Amino acid sequence: MSVTLNREEIVRLCERVEGAQTRAYSIPKLTNEYPGMTIDDGYAVQSELRRRFIEQGHTLVGWKAGLTSKAKMKQMGVDVPSIGFLTDRMARPENSVVSTSDLVHPRVECEVAFVTNKDLAGPDVTAQDVLDATDYVLPAIEIIDSRFSGFKFDLESVIADNGSSARFVGGGRARHPKELDLRTLGVVMEKNGEIVGMGASAAVLGHPAEAVAMLVKILHDLGETLPAGSFVMSGGITEAVAVKPGDHVIARYQGLGSVSVRFGE
Amino acid sequence: MDENKISQYGDELYQAFLERKTLTPFTEREPEITLDDAYRIQLRFVKRRVEAGEKIVGKKIGVTSKPVQDYLGVFQPDFGQLTSDMVYQEGDVIDLSGLIQPKAEAELAFVLKEDLKGPGITAMDVIRATDYVSPCFEIVDSRIRDWKIQIQDTVADNASCGVYVIGSAKADPRDVDITMAGMVLEKNGELFSTGVGAAVQGSPANAVAWLANTLGELGIPFKAGEVILSGSQSNLVPIADGDELVCSVGGVGSCSVRFAGRSAV
Repeated sequence: MSVTLNREEIVRLCERVEGAQTRAYSIPKLTNEYPGMTIDDGYAVQSELRRRFIEQGHTLVGWKAGLTSKAKMKQMGVDVPSIGFLTDRMARPENSVVSTSDLVHPRVECEVAFVTNKDLAGPDVTAQDVLDATDYVLPAIEIIDSRFSGFKFDLESVIADNGSSARFVGGGRARHPKELDLRTLGVVMEKNGEIVGMGASAAVLGHPAEAVAMLVKILHDLGETLPAGSFVMSGGITEAVAVKPGDHVIARYQGLGSVSVRFGE
Repeated sequence: MDENKISQYGDELYQAFLERKTLTPFTEREPEITLDDAYRIQLRFVKRRVEAGEKIVGKKIGVTSKPVQDYLGVFQPDFGQLTSDMVYQEGDVIDLSGLIQPKAEAELAFVLKEDLKGPGITAMDVIRATDYVSPCFEIVDSRIRDWKIQIQDTVADNASCGVYVIGSAKADPRDVDITMAGMVLEKNGELFSTGVGAAVQGSPANAVAWLANTLGELGIPFKAGEVILSGSQSNLVPIADGDELVCSVGGVGSCSVRFAGRSAV
């Protein structure tokens, strides 16, 4: 870990991010003030945010992987994905109306989510270990929301902002991964009846379980593990699509049914 | 366009095909050329190949994705005719020196067990009449200079058919969701792109139904045993000497192909 910020700076940046998240306003990217900020500094701010949310009574339910496609990693100039934590307060039921008034610029991505039934920990976890520890997989829509103004951000700032995590919806058909080919799973995302995204699950690091394995390694670097019962979103298969009140989004998955969500004021 | 001109242009295409040369786009030479003229030129071009000893073994459907339709300013696919010299078997090495400016596309191929005679054919009839589907690669090629094609140019040029290879993997379309089946395309062991059946006219079966109805109107037979390449599910892949491509279709299987030699351009 190469954390360059001192405790006071971490807390200050955390409060800035927390304010932007909870009151839905945009802030300049953190590296404007701290150009020397590292990825580890980003995770230090994120960890402080997690600690504060849990202290406030939020329950940690799992994690998400971000920047899992080659195109996005290249765009950000990185070769590893990023991760963010998920709490019960971010969960929304399938086909519910998600309010956008408490979000800055929401976008949706469709992902394969994993629910685990064994602990996963350490630096050497493989995709096969992940599949062996998977209770079931299910379709998910992630609603991401970067709190940075004008979509100007860098990896360090995004990680501090909890990987742009905002809301998530799981649904569709739960299935054991042994019953599926999780590499070639086709996905279609529709907004208001029109196809806005298409792809196959290999778009996520070649196989979504690879992304979960990578996530466990990053957790290990942070001194954390992935306990049994965790909900993990493995990364966007399709490009993120902007949404506004009145929009209806449905993500359809080969062999996993579909999951949908609506957006309101 | 008068019959002499149709024959002249069809013959020019045949000559360009034989000599691996390119032509000035027809839309530059004949700004008034219609789609109907273009199909008549195609019939002449294909007739020359048949007279030289080839057989018609199937059809290809092109221009099936929304981005390509938008680019060419059309709202429907086009078709070309597959002839016996275009066929490669899985495991063969495709000799690029026989081609002009080839690119690869990954598709789902249909093999019919019953005739399909339009008009009035729907996707349900297509499933009923299909013996099996297989992953395949179409190597498109253009006899038009620098691929500077408008819809009339590619239609006249037999829908830019080059050669094709059908994978040995097969599936019954009653057992696979061909609309939602994911497509993973790898080039030289690395992920190149992903797609899904829905990218093709909403479903590959819709594209085949369109073809049956269009052929029915034109009085062109569409027989049991014919192969139909239903339209690209991937981006166009540049190919060169030594390249290897593998496409995998969820629930169907994979097809691999290797290339050797240098194309004319």
